[in-house]
Amino acid sequence: MSVTSPRRSPGSGGAWGRLSIAGKQIVWAWAFLALPVAFFAIVRFYPTLEAFYLSLTDWDLLSEPRLVGFDNYRKLFADPVFWQVFRNTFAYLIFGTPIAIVLSFVIAYYLDRVTFLHGTIRALYFLPYLTTAAAMAWVWRWFYQPPPIGVINGLLGAAGISAQPFLRSVDQALPAIMLTAIWAHLGFQIIIFMAGLRAIPASYYEAARIDGLGEGAILARITIPLLKPTTVFLVVFSSIGFLRIFDQVYNMTSNDPGGPLNSTKPLVLMIYQTAFSSYQMGYAAAQTVVLFAILFSISMAQLWILRNR
Amino acid sequence: MSTHSERGAFAVYGNLRPGRIVAWTILFLGGIVMVTPLLFMFSTSLKSAGHVYDLRLIPEQPTLANYVKVLSDGRFARWFLNSTLIATLVTLSCLFFDSLVAYTLAKFTFPGRRLVFLAILSTLMIPTEMLVIPWYLMASKLGWIDTYWGIMFPGLVTAFGVFLMRQFFETVPNDFLEAARIDGLNEFAIWWKVALPLVTPALSALAIFTFLGNWTAFFWPLIVTTDPFLYTLPVGLSSFAVEQSIQWELIMTGAALATLPTLAIFLFFQRYIVRGVMLAGVKG
Repeated sequence: MSVTSPRRSPGSGGAWGRLSIAGKQIVWAWAFLALPVAFFAIVRFYPTLEAFYLSLTDWDLLSEPRLVGFDNYRKLFADPVFWQVFRNTFAYLIFGTPIAIVLSFVIAYYLDRVTFLHGTIRALYFLPYLTTAAAMAWVWRWFYQPPPIGVINGLLGAAGISAQPFLRSVDQALPAIMLTAIWAHLGFQIIIFMAGLRAIPASYYEAARIDGLGEGAILARITIPLLKPTTVFLVVFSSIGFLRIFDQVYNMTSNDPGGPLNSTKPLVLMIYQTAFSSYQMGYAAAQTVVLFAILFSISMAQLWILRNR
Repeated sequence: MSTHSERGAFAVYGNLRPGRIVAWTILFLGGIVMVTPLLFMFSTSLKSAGHVYDLRLIPEQPTLANYVKVLSDGRFARWFLNSTLIATLVTLSCLFFDSLVAYTLAKFTFPGRRLVFLAILSTLMIPTEMLVIPWYLMASKLGWIDTYWGIMFPGLVTAFGVFLMRQFFETVPNDFLEAARIDGLNEFAIWWKVALPLVTPALSALAIFTFLGNWTAFFWPLIVTTDPFLYTLPVGLSSFAVEQSIQWELIMTGAALATLPTLAIFLFFQRYIVRGVMLAGVKG
Protein backbone atom coordinates (compact mmCIF):
# COMPACT_ATOMS: atom_id res chain seq x y z
CA MET A 1 0.00 0.00 0.00
CA SER A 2 2.85 2.41 0.59
CA VAL A 3 4.82 3.79 -2.31
CA THR A 4 8.48 2.95 -2.68
CA SER A 5 9.74 5.61 -0.37
CA PRO A 6 13.46 5.11 0.09
CA ARG A 7 13.23 6.57 3.57
CA ARG A 8 11.15 3.61 4.81
CA SER A 9 13.25 1.28 6.87
CA PRO A 10 13.60 -2.24 5.49
CA GLY A 11 11.17 -4.87 6.67
CA SER A 12 8.36 -2.41 7.21
CA GLY A 13 6.11 -4.19 4.74
CA GLY A 14 4.38 -2.81 1.67
CA ALA A 15 5.97 -2.51 -1.73
CA TRP A 16 9.29 -1.35 -0.29
CA GLY A 17 9.41 -4.37 2.03
CA ARG A 18 8.80 -6.76 -0.86
CA LEU A 19 11.71 -5.36 -2.88
CA SER A 20 14.82 -7.52 -3.03
CA ILE A 21 18.08 -6.09 -1.72
CA ALA A 22 19.22 -5.46 -5.29
CA GLY A 23 15.90 -3.77 -6.03
CA LYS A 24 16.28 -1.47 -3.05
CA GLN A 25 19.78 -0.59 -4.20
CA ILE A 26 18.39 0.48 -7.56
CA VAL A 27 15.76 2.67 -5.92
CA TRP A 28 18.33 4.26 -3.63
CA ALA A 29 20.78 4.82 -6.46
CA TRP A 30 18.23 6.64 -8.60
CA ALA A 31 16.92 8.60 -5.63
CA PHE A 32 20.48 9.87 -5.11
CA LEU A 33 21.05 10.55 -8.79
CA ALA A 34 17.70 12.04 -9.81
CA LEU A 35 18.46 15.68 -9.01
CA PRO A 36 22.08 15.78 -10.26
CA VAL A 37 21.20 13.88 -13.43
CA ALA A 38 18.38 16.34 -14.10
CA PHE A 39 20.89 19.13 -13.49
CA PHE A 40 23.35 17.72 -16.03
CA ALA A 41 20.56 17.29 -18.56
CA ILE A 42 19.22 20.84 -18.16
CA VAL A 43 22.39 22.81 -17.50
CA ARG A 44 24.92 20.88 -19.62
CA PHE A 45 23.37 18.69 -22.30
CA TYR A 46 20.44 20.79 -23.43
CA PRO A 47 22.57 23.99 -23.66
CA THR A 48 25.21 22.09 -25.65
CA LEU A 49 22.64 21.07 -28.24
CA GLU A 50 21.17 24.55 -28.17
CA ALA A 51 24.61 26.06 -28.88
CA PHE A 52 24.99 23.83 -31.95
CA TYR A 53 21.49 24.76 -33.08
CA LEU A 54 22.01 28.50 -32.49
CA SER A 55 25.21 28.37 -34.53
CA LEU A 56 23.02 27.64 -37.55
CA THR A 57 20.74 30.63 -36.97
CA ASP A 58 20.77 34.37 -37.37
CA TRP A 59 19.50 35.92 -34.16
CA ASP A 60 19.74 39.36 -32.58
CA LEU A 61 17.61 38.49 -29.50
CA LEU A 62 14.82 40.83 -30.68
CA SER A 63 13.24 38.90 -33.54
CA GLU A 64 12.84 35.12 -33.75
CA PRO A 65 15.96 33.09 -34.60
CA ARG A 66 16.14 32.35 -38.34
CA LEU A 67 17.84 29.20 -39.66
CA VAL A 68 20.63 30.13 -42.05
CA GLY A 69 22.50 26.84 -42.41
CA PHE A 70 26.26 27.22 -42.29
CA ASP A 71 26.25 30.94 -43.09
CA ASN A 72 27.75 31.87 -39.72
CA TYR A 73 30.69 29.53 -40.27
CA ARG A 74 31.19 30.82 -43.82
CA LYS A 75 31.13 34.38 -42.53
CA LEU A 76 33.53 33.51 -39.71
CA PHE A 77 36.10 31.79 -41.91
CA ALA A 78 35.95 34.71 -44.35
CA ASP A 79 36.48 37.27 -41.59
CA PRO A 80 40.08 38.52 -41.37
CA VAL A 81 39.49 39.50 -37.72
CA PHE A 82 38.70 35.86 -36.93
CA TRP A 83 42.01 34.73 -38.42
CA GLN A 84 43.83 37.41 -36.47
CA VAL A 85 42.06 36.20 -33.33
CA PHE A 86 42.85 32.59 -34.25
CA ARG A 87 46.56 33.43 -34.60
CA ASN A 88 46.51 35.34 -31.31
CA THR A 89 44.84 32.48 -29.47
CA PHE A 90 47.41 30.01 -30.73
CA ALA A 91 50.23 32.46 -30.03
CA TYR A 92 49.23 32.44 -26.36
CA LEU A 93 49.23 28.65 -26.47
CA ILE A 94 52.34 27.98 -28.55
CA PHE A 95 54.60 30.35 -26.62
CA GLY A 96 52.88 30.25 -23.26
CA THR A 97 52.64 26.51 -22.72
CA PRO A 98 56.30 25.53 -23.36
CA ILE A 99 57.58 28.45 -21.30
CA ALA A 100 55.23 27.61 -18.43
CA ILE A 101 56.01 23.89 -18.52
CA VAL A 102 59.80 24.20 -18.73
CA LEU A 103 59.91 26.91 -16.08
CA SER A 104 57.64 25.08 -13.65
CA PHE A 105 59.52 21.80 -14.16
CA VAL A 106 62.93 23.36 -13.52
CA ILE A 107 61.62 25.13 -10.41
CA ALA A 108 59.87 22.01 -9.12
CA TYR A 109 62.96 19.86 -9.79
CA TYR A 110 65.19 22.08 -7.69
CA LEU A 111 62.58 23.03 -5.13
CA ASP A 112 61.95 19.34 -4.46
CA ARG A 113 65.55 19.01 -3.26
CA VAL A 114 65.62 22.12 -1.11
CA THR A 115 65.10 21.53 2.57
CA PHE A 116 66.23 24.87 3.94
CA LEU A 117 63.15 27.15 4.01
CA HIS A 118 61.38 24.70 1.69
CA GLY A 119 57.89 25.67 2.84
CA THR A 120 58.58 29.39 2.56
CA ILE A 121 60.02 29.20 -0.95
CA ARG A 122 57.18 26.95 -2.07
CA ALA A 123 54.69 29.46 -0.65
CA LEU A 124 56.34 32.32 -2.56
CA TYR A 125 55.87 30.48 -5.85
CA PHE A 126 52.37 29.29 -4.98
CA LEU A 127 50.85 32.56 -3.72
CA PRO A 128 50.08 34.07 -7.17
CA TYR A 129 47.91 31.05 -7.96
CA LEU A 130 45.53 32.09 -5.17
CA THR A 131 44.99 35.59 -6.52
CA THR A 132 42.07 36.77 -8.62
CA ALA A 133 43.08 37.06 -12.28
CA ALA A 134 40.89 40.15 -12.78
CA ALA A 135 42.60 41.92 -9.86
CA MET A 136 46.14 40.95 -10.76
CA ALA A 137 45.59 41.95 -14.38
CA TRP A 138 45.27 45.53 -13.13
CA VAL A 139 48.46 45.24 -11.09
CA TRP A 140 50.33 44.02 -14.16
CA ARG A 141 48.69 46.69 -16.26
CA TRP A 142 50.12 49.25 -13.87
CA PHE A 143 53.55 47.51 -14.05
CA TYR A 144 53.52 47.89 -17.82
CA GLN A 145 52.66 51.62 -17.85
CA PRO A 146 55.06 54.04 -19.52
CA PRO A 147 57.42 56.02 -17.28
CA PRO A 148 57.17 57.51 -14.75
CA ILE A 149 54.21 55.35 -13.67
CA GLY A 150 55.13 51.80 -14.60
CA VAL A 151 57.34 49.73 -12.32
CA ILE A 152 58.99 47.74 -15.12
CA ASN A 153 59.89 50.83 -17.11
CA GLY A 154 61.18 52.32 -13.86
CA LEU A 155 63.53 49.36 -13.45
CA LEU A 156 64.54 49.48 -17.11
CA GLY A 157 65.26 53.16 -16.77
CA ALA A 158 67.44 52.54 -13.71
CA ALA A 159 69.36 49.95 -15.76
CA GLY A 160 69.82 52.45 -18.57
CA ILE A 161 67.46 50.69 -20.98
CA SER A 162 65.04 52.81 -22.98
CA ALA A 163 61.35 52.73 -22.06
CA GLN A 164 59.20 50.06 -23.71
CA PRO A 165 55.58 50.60 -24.82
CA PHE A 166 54.40 47.11 -23.68
CA LEU A 167 50.58 47.15 -23.72
CA ARG A 168 50.51 50.04 -26.19
CA SER A 169 52.47 48.17 -28.83
CA VAL A 170 51.00 45.68 -31.30
CA ASP A 171 54.15 43.55 -30.94
CA GLN A 172 54.66 43.62 -27.19
CA ALA A 173 51.11 43.58 -25.85
CA LEU A 174 50.41 39.90 -26.41
CA PRO A 175 53.65 38.65 -24.82
CA ALA A 176 53.08 41.08 -21.93
CA ILE A 177 49.62 39.64 -21.27
CA MET A 178 50.88 36.08 -21.77
CA LEU A 179 53.52 36.63 -19.10
CA THR A 180 50.77 37.64 -16.65
CA ALA A 181 48.91 34.41 -17.38
CA ILE A 182 52.08 32.30 -17.01
CA TRP A 183 52.80 34.01 -13.69
CA ALA A 184 49.31 33.31 -12.40
CA HIS A 185 49.43 29.56 -13.05
CA LEU A 186 53.08 28.77 -12.43
CA GLY A 187 52.52 27.90 -8.76
CA PHE A 188 49.88 25.31 -9.61
CA GLN A 189 52.11 23.68 -12.20
CA ILE A 190 55.05 23.59 -9.79
CA ILE A 191 52.94 21.90 -7.11
CA ILE A 192 51.68 19.29 -9.57
CA PHE A 193 55.21 18.60 -10.87
CA MET A 194 56.41 18.21 -7.28
CA ALA A 195 53.62 15.72 -6.59
CA GLY A 196 54.73 13.83 -9.70
CA LEU A 197 58.38 13.88 -8.61
CA ARG A 198 57.49 12.53 -5.19
CA ALA A 199 55.53 9.68 -6.75
CA ILE A 200 58.71 8.30 -8.34
CA PRO A 201 59.99 5.55 -6.00
CA ALA A 202 63.31 6.38 -4.33
CA SER A 203 64.51 2.86 -5.15
CA TYR A 204 64.70 3.79 -8.85
CA TYR A 205 67.16 6.54 -8.03
CA GLU A 206 69.18 4.27 -5.75
CA ALA A 207 69.41 1.60 -8.42
CA ALA A 208 70.51 4.20 -10.98
CA ARG A 209 73.16 5.52 -8.63
CA ILE A 210 74.47 2.03 -7.95
CA ASP A 211 74.73 1.62 -11.72
CA GLY A 212 76.88 4.72 -11.71
CA LEU A 213 74.53 7.09 -13.52
CA GLY A 214 75.21 10.79 -13.02
CA GLU A 215 72.62 13.46 -12.21
CA GLY A 216 72.05 14.33 -15.86
CA ALA A 217 71.59 10.72 -16.91
CA ILE A 218 69.18 10.08 -14.04
CA LEU A 219 67.16 13.12 -15.08
CA ALA A 220 67.05 12.08 -18.74
CA ARG A 221 66.46 8.36 -18.25
CA ILE A 222 64.38 8.14 -15.10
CA THR A 223 62.84 11.41 -13.95
CA ILE A 224 61.59 12.81 -17.26
CA PRO A 225 60.24 9.52 -18.71
CA LEU A 226 58.47 8.63 -15.45
CA LEU A 227 56.96 12.10 -15.27
CA LYS A 228 55.33 11.73 -18.69
CA PRO A 229 51.74 11.40 -17.40
CA THR A 230 52.17 14.48 -15.19
CA THR A 231 53.75 16.44 -18.03
CA VAL A 232 51.05 15.48 -20.52
CA PHE A 233 48.36 16.45 -18.01
CA LEU A 234 49.98 19.83 -17.41
CA VAL A 235 50.58 20.48 -21.11
CA VAL A 236 46.92 19.81 -21.87
CA PHE A 237 45.71 21.74 -18.83
CA SER A 238 47.90 24.71 -19.66
CA SER A 239 46.99 24.59 -23.38
CA ILE A 240 43.29 24.62 -22.55
CA GLY A 241 43.91 27.51 -20.17
CA PHE A 242 45.65 29.57 -22.85
CA LEU A 243 43.01 28.74 -25.46
CA ARG A 244 40.37 30.05 -23.06
CA ILE A 245 42.31 33.14 -21.91
CA PHE A 246 39.95 36.01 -21.19
CA ASP A 247 40.19 37.63 -17.73
CA GLN A 248 43.69 39.05 -18.23
CA VAL A 249 43.05 40.34 -21.76
CA TYR A 250 39.70 41.88 -20.88
CA ASN A 251 41.11 43.73 -17.88
CA MET A 252 44.48 44.72 -19.31
CA THR A 253 43.02 46.19 -22.51
CA SER A 254 39.66 47.46 -21.23
CA ASN A 255 39.91 50.83 -23.03
CA ASP A 256 40.09 48.93 -26.35
CA PRO A 257 39.27 45.28 -25.56
CA GLY A 258 41.66 42.98 -27.41
CA GLY A 259 43.69 45.90 -28.70
CA PRO A 260 45.76 47.62 -29.79
CA LEU A 261 44.37 46.82 -33.26
CA ASN A 262 43.07 43.40 -32.15
CA SER A 263 46.65 42.30 -31.54
CA THR A 264 45.84 40.65 -28.21
CA LYS A 265 42.27 39.52 -28.83
CA PRO A 266 41.68 35.82 -28.08
CA LEU A 267 38.74 33.76 -29.28
CA VAL A 268 36.81 33.98 -26.00
CA LEU A 269 36.93 37.78 -26.06
CA MET A 270 35.66 37.74 -29.64
CA ILE A 271 32.82 35.46 -28.52
CA TYR A 272 32.02 37.79 -25.63
CA GLN A 273 31.90 40.86 -27.86
CA THR A 274 29.90 39.18 -30.62
CA ALA A 275 27.32 37.87 -28.14
CA PHE A 276 27.11 40.55 -25.50
CA SER A 277 28.17 43.76 -27.25
CA SER A 278 26.80 43.14 -30.78
CA TYR A 279 24.07 40.66 -29.76
CA GLN A 280 24.77 38.44 -32.77
CA MET A 281 23.85 35.29 -30.88
CA GLY A 282 23.99 32.87 -33.80
CA TYR A 283 27.36 34.15 -34.99
CA ALA A 284 28.75 33.99 -31.45
CA ALA A 285 27.43 30.44 -31.04
CA ALA A 286 29.31 29.42 -34.20
CA GLN A 287 32.48 30.84 -32.65
CA THR A 288 31.91 28.79 -29.50
CA VAL A 289 31.52 25.67 -31.63
CA VAL A 290 34.91 26.41 -33.22
CA LEU A 291 36.41 26.80 -29.74
CA PHE A 292 34.81 23.51 -28.73
CA ALA A 293 36.30 21.78 -31.81
CA ILE A 294 39.78 23.04 -30.94
CA LEU A 295 39.54 22.01 -27.28
CA PHE A 296 38.07 18.66 -28.25
CA SER A 297 40.99 17.88 -30.57
CA ILE A 298 43.44 18.71 -27.81
CA SER A 299 41.70 16.39 -25.35
CA MET A 300 41.69 13.64 -27.96
CA ALA A 301 45.40 14.20 -28.56
CA GLN A 302 45.97 13.73 -24.84
CA LEU A 303 44.11 10.42 -24.82
CA TRP A 304 46.08 9.32 -27.87
CA ILE A 305 49.45 10.20 -26.32
CA LEU A 306 48.59 8.37 -23.12
CA ARG A 307 46.92 5.41 -24.85
CA ASN A 308 49.59 2.84 -24.00
CA ARG A 309 50.48 3.92 -20.54
CA MET B 1 78.53 12.96 4.11
CA SER B 2 76.12 11.76 1.50
CA THR B 3 72.59 10.78 2.29
CA HIS B 4 71.15 7.74 0.60
CA SER B 5 67.87 9.41 -0.16
CA GLU B 6 67.45 11.90 -2.96
CA ARG B 7 65.59 14.38 -0.80
CA GLY B 8 67.74 16.30 1.58
CA ALA B 9 70.70 16.17 -0.73
CA PHE B 10 70.26 19.88 -1.29
CA ALA B 11 70.15 20.65 2.39
CA VAL B 12 72.20 23.68 3.16
CA TYR B 13 73.38 22.08 6.35
CA GLY B 14 75.64 19.08 5.95
CA ASN B 15 76.13 19.39 2.24
CA LEU B 16 77.50 22.79 1.46
CA ARG B 17 78.58 22.71 -2.13
CA PRO B 18 78.85 26.02 -4.00
CA GLY B 19 76.56 24.81 -6.79
CA ARG B 20 73.84 24.06 -4.32
CA ILE B 21 74.09 27.41 -2.62
CA VAL B 22 73.84 29.10 -6.01
CA ALA B 23 70.79 26.96 -6.91
CA TRP B 24 69.15 27.77 -3.59
CA THR B 25 69.82 31.49 -4.01
CA ILE B 26 68.41 31.56 -7.55
CA LEU B 27 65.35 29.66 -6.40
CA PHE B 28 64.83 32.03 -3.50
CA LEU B 29 65.26 35.15 -5.66
CA GLY B 30 62.84 33.66 -8.19
CA GLY B 31 60.33 33.27 -5.39
CA ILE B 32 60.77 36.92 -4.45
CA VAL B 33 60.19 37.92 -8.08
CA MET B 34 56.97 35.86 -8.04
CA VAL B 35 55.52 37.85 -5.15
CA THR B 36 56.82 41.23 -6.36
CA PRO B 37 53.51 42.18 -8.01
CA LEU B 38 51.74 41.43 -4.73
CA LEU B 39 54.27 43.45 -2.72
CA PHE B 40 53.96 46.45 -5.04
CA MET B 41 50.19 46.17 -4.98
CA PHE B 42 50.09 46.36 -1.17
CA SER B 43 52.80 48.99 -1.04
CA THR B 44 51.01 51.29 -3.48
CA SER B 45 47.69 50.78 -1.73
CA LEU B 46 49.35 52.41 1.29
CA LYS B 47 50.69 55.40 -0.65
CA SER B 48 48.97 58.74 -1.10
CA ALA B 49 48.23 59.91 -4.64
CA GLY B 50 51.27 62.17 -4.61
CA HIS B 51 53.62 59.28 -3.85
CA VAL B 52 52.42 56.82 -6.48
CA TYR B 53 55.25 57.68 -8.85
CA ASP B 54 57.76 57.00 -6.11
CA LEU B 55 58.52 53.36 -6.90
CA ARG B 56 60.17 52.53 -3.58
CA LEU B 57 58.64 49.40 -2.11
CA ILE B 58 58.41 50.72 1.45
CA PRO B 59 55.99 53.69 1.45
CA GLU B 60 57.55 56.82 2.87
CA GLN B 61 54.39 57.89 4.68
CA PRO B 62 52.13 54.84 4.80
CA THR B 63 48.45 55.72 5.01
CA LEU B 64 45.21 53.79 5.14
CA ALA B 65 43.39 56.69 3.46
CA ASN B 66 42.95 54.73 0.22
CA TYR B 67 41.25 51.89 2.07
CA VAL B 68 38.95 54.32 3.85
CA LYS B 69 38.12 55.97 0.54
CA VAL B 70 37.54 52.73 -1.37
CA LEU B 71 35.48 51.16 1.41
CA SER B 72 33.49 54.29 2.24
CA ASP B 73 30.75 53.97 -0.39
CA GLY B 74 29.99 50.39 0.66
CA ARG B 75 30.31 48.88 -2.80
CA PHE B 76 33.32 46.74 -1.95
CA ALA B 77 31.62 45.46 1.20
CA ARG B 78 28.61 44.49 -0.89
CA TRP B 79 30.74 42.76 -3.57
CA PHE B 80 32.71 40.99 -0.86
CA LEU B 81 29.44 39.76 0.65
CA ASN B 82 28.15 38.64 -2.77
CA SER B 83 31.34 36.74 -3.60
CA THR B 84 31.58 35.12 -0.19
CA LEU B 85 27.97 34.03 -0.21
CA ILE B 86 28.05 32.73 -3.76
CA ALA B 87 31.36 30.89 -3.42
CA THR B 88 30.26 29.35 -0.10
CA LEU B 89 26.86 28.18 -1.32
CA VAL B 90 28.24 26.75 -4.57
CA THR B 91 30.98 24.96 -2.63
CA LEU B 92 28.48 23.43 -0.21
CA SER B 93 26.30 22.32 -3.10
CA CYS B 94 29.25 20.74 -4.89
CA LEU B 95 30.47 18.98 -1.76
CA PHE B 96 27.01 17.50 -1.23
CA PHE B 97 25.93 16.60 -4.76
CA ASP B 98 29.33 15.74 -6.28
CA SER B 99 30.14 13.34 -3.49
CA LEU B 100 26.62 11.85 -3.46
CA VAL B 101 26.79 11.15 -7.20
CA ALA B 102 30.36 9.91 -6.88
CA TYR B 103 29.44 7.55 -4.05
CA THR B 104 26.45 6.19 -5.97
CA LEU B 105 28.59 5.56 -9.06
CA ALA B 106 31.34 3.94 -7.01
CA LYS B 107 29.32 1.76 -4.66
CA PHE B 108 25.93 0.89 -6.18
CA THR B 109 25.02 -1.53 -8.93
CA PHE B 110 22.02 -0.42 -10.93
CA PRO B 111 20.90 -0.33 -14.54
CA GLY B 112 22.18 2.80 -16.26
CA ARG B 113 25.27 3.21 -14.10
CA ARG B 114 27.68 3.10 -17.03
CA LEU B 115 25.51 5.44 -19.06
CA VAL B 116 25.32 8.02 -16.26
CA PHE B 117 29.05 7.74 -15.74
CA LEU B 118 29.88 8.27 -19.41
CA ALA B 119 27.32 11.07 -19.74
CA ILE B 120 28.84 13.00 -16.86
CA LEU B 121 32.34 12.26 -18.16
CA SER B 122 31.44 13.64 -21.56
CA THR B 123 30.40 17.00 -20.09
CA LEU B 124 34.05 17.59 -19.17
CA MET B 125 34.67 18.06 -22.89
CA ILE B 126 32.22 20.95 -23.19
CA PRO B 127 33.80 24.34 -22.47
CA THR B 128 31.86 26.84 -20.37
CA GLU B 129 32.19 29.35 -23.21
CA MET B 130 29.98 27.19 -25.39
CA LEU B 131 27.26 27.11 -22.73
CA VAL B 132 27.17 30.76 -21.68
CA ILE B 133 24.92 31.86 -24.55
CA PRO B 134 22.25 29.21 -23.82
CA TRP B 135 22.65 29.88 -20.08
CA TYR B 136 22.18 33.58 -20.67
CA LEU B 137 19.01 32.91 -22.69
CA MET B 138 17.75 30.57 -19.98
CA ALA B 139 18.52 33.15 -17.30
CA SER B 140 16.78 35.96 -19.20
CA LYS B 141 13.69 33.85 -19.86
CA LEU B 142 13.40 32.79 -16.22
CA GLY B 143 14.28 36.17 -14.70
CA TRP B 144 17.62 35.01 -13.27
CA ILE B 145 19.66 37.94 -14.61
CA ASP B 146 20.99 39.97 -11.67
CA THR B 147 20.21 37.32 -9.07
CA TYR B 148 22.48 35.18 -6.90
CA TRP B 149 20.80 32.12 -8.32
CA GLY B 150 21.65 33.25 -11.85
CA ILE B 151 25.33 33.54 -10.96
CA MET B 152 25.36 30.23 -9.08
CA PHE B 153 23.24 27.77 -11.03
CA PRO B 154 25.79 26.65 -13.65
CA GLY B 155 28.22 25.48 -10.97
CA LEU B 156 26.00 23.68 -8.49
CA VAL B 157 27.16 20.20 -9.56
CA THR B 158 30.50 19.64 -11.30
CA ALA B 159 31.78 16.69 -13.30
CA PHE B 160 35.29 17.40 -12.00
CA GLY B 161 34.10 16.96 -8.42
CA VAL B 162 32.22 13.77 -9.26
CA PHE B 163 35.36 12.22 -10.75
CA LEU B 164 37.64 13.36 -8.00
CA MET B 165 35.35 12.01 -5.28
CA ARG B 166 34.58 8.79 -7.14
CA GLN B 167 38.24 7.80 -7.08
CA PHE B 168 38.31 8.20 -3.33
CA PHE B 169 35.01 6.42 -2.65
CA GLU B 170 36.33 3.46 -4.60
CA THR B 171 39.00 3.00 -1.95
CA VAL B 172 36.41 2.79 0.86
CA PRO B 173 36.12 -0.91 1.83
CA ASN B 174 32.71 -2.44 1.13
CA ASP B 175 32.90 -4.27 4.49
CA PHE B 176 32.45 -0.95 6.30
CA LEU B 177 29.29 -0.24 4.34
CA GLU B 178 27.98 -3.79 4.84
CA ALA B 179 28.56 -3.57 8.57
CA ALA B 180 26.57 -0.33 8.69
CA ARG B 181 23.82 -1.95 6.62
CA ILE B 182 23.61 -4.83 9.11
CA ASP B 183 23.42 -2.24 11.91
CA GLY B 184 20.23 -1.04 10.23
CA LEU B 185 21.43 2.29 8.83
CA ASN B 186 19.63 3.39 5.69
CA GLU B 187 21.68 4.07 2.57
CA PHE B 188 21.66 7.83 3.02
CA ALA B 189 22.92 7.48 6.57
CA ILE B 190 25.63 5.04 5.43
CA TRP B 191 26.88 7.60 2.92
CA TRP B 192 26.61 10.49 5.35
CA LYS B 193 27.91 8.85 8.52
CA VAL B 194 30.23 6.09 7.29
CA ALA B 195 31.54 6.83 3.80
CA LEU B 196 31.90 10.64 3.87
CA PRO B 197 34.09 10.81 6.99
CA LEU B 198 36.52 8.40 5.28
CA VAL B 199 37.15 10.77 2.37
CA THR B 200 37.60 14.08 4.20
CA PRO B 201 40.99 14.83 2.57
CA ALA B 202 39.30 14.62 -0.84
CA LEU B 203 36.40 16.73 0.40
CA SER B 204 38.72 19.46 1.58
CA ALA B 205 40.59 19.36 -1.74
CA LEU B 206 37.30 19.72 -3.59
CA ALA B 207 36.21 22.50 -1.26
CA ILE B 208 39.43 24.45 -1.87
CA PHE B 209 39.19 24.13 -5.65
CA THR B 210 35.51 24.94 -5.83
CA PHE B 211 35.71 27.91 -3.50
CA LEU B 212 38.76 29.36 -5.22
CA GLY B 213 37.26 28.79 -8.67
CA ASN B 214 34.04 30.57 -7.76
CA TRP B 215 35.70 33.32 -5.75
CA THR B 216 37.90 34.28 -8.72
CA ALA B 217 35.31 33.53 -11.45
CA PHE B 218 34.94 36.40 -13.89
CA PHE B 219 33.46 35.39 -17.24
CA TRP B 220 29.98 34.16 -16.27
CA PRO B 221 29.34 36.70 -13.45
CA LEU B 222 30.32 39.44 -15.92
CA ILE B 223 27.69 38.20 -18.36
CA VAL B 224 24.84 37.52 -15.96
CA THR B 225 25.03 40.70 -13.88
CA THR B 226 24.27 44.26 -14.95
CA ASP B 227 23.29 45.65 -11.56
CA PRO B 228 26.41 46.83 -9.68
CA PHE B 229 24.85 45.63 -6.43
CA LEU B 230 24.90 42.06 -7.69
CA TYR B 231 28.51 42.14 -8.97
CA THR B 232 30.94 39.67 -7.53
CA LEU B 233 34.24 41.02 -6.26
CA PRO B 234 36.24 40.40 -9.50
CA VAL B 235 33.53 41.97 -11.70
CA GLY B 236 33.05 44.82 -9.25
CA LEU B 237 36.78 45.46 -9.07
CA SER B 238 37.02 45.46 -12.86
CA SER B 239 34.26 48.08 -13.19
CA PHE B 240 35.76 50.08 -10.30
CA ALA B 241 39.19 50.09 -11.94
CA VAL B 242 37.78 51.27 -15.28
CA GLU B 243 36.04 54.09 -13.41
CA GLN B 244 39.24 55.19 -11.60
CA SER B 245 41.15 55.21 -14.90
CA ILE B 246 44.57 56.44 -13.74
CA GLN B 247 44.23 56.63 -9.97
CA TRP B 248 46.51 53.65 -9.54
CA GLU B 249 46.68 53.88 -5.75
CA LEU B 250 42.90 53.35 -5.58
CA ILE B 251 42.98 50.55 -8.17
CA MET B 252 45.76 48.82 -6.20
CA THR B 253 43.70 49.19 -3.02
CA GLY B 254 40.75 47.54 -4.74
CA ALA B 255 42.97 44.77 -6.08
CA ALA B 256 44.43 44.27 -2.61
CA LEU B 257 40.94 44.00 -1.12
CA ALA B 258 40.02 41.38 -3.73
CA THR B 259 43.22 39.42 -3.12
CA LEU B 260 43.58 39.62 0.67
CA PRO B 261 40.91 37.08 1.67
CA THR B 262 42.34 34.15 -0.30
CA LEU B 263 45.91 35.02 0.72
CA ALA B 264 44.88 35.20 4.38
CA ILE B 265 43.12 31.84 4.17
CA PHE B 266 46.22 30.38 2.54
CA LEU B 267 48.55 31.61 5.26
CA PHE B 268 46.38 29.83 7.82
CA PHE B 269 45.85 26.58 5.93
CA GLN B 270 48.97 26.37 3.77
CA ARG B 271 49.59 22.68 4.35
CA TYR B 272 46.00 21.70 3.64
CA ILE B 273 45.78 23.79 0.51
CA VAL B 274 49.03 22.59 -1.04
CA ARG B 275 48.12 18.99 -0.25
CA GLY B 276 44.62 19.53 -1.59
CA VAL B 277 45.91 20.96 -4.86
CA MET B 278 48.32 18.03 -5.21
CA LEU B 279 45.54 15.55 -4.49
CA ALA B 280 43.05 17.10 -6.88
CA GLY B 281 45.61 17.81 -9.57
CA VAL B 282 47.06 14.31 -9.59
CA LYS B 283 43.83 12.37 -9.21
CA GLY B 284 41.49 14.72 -10.99
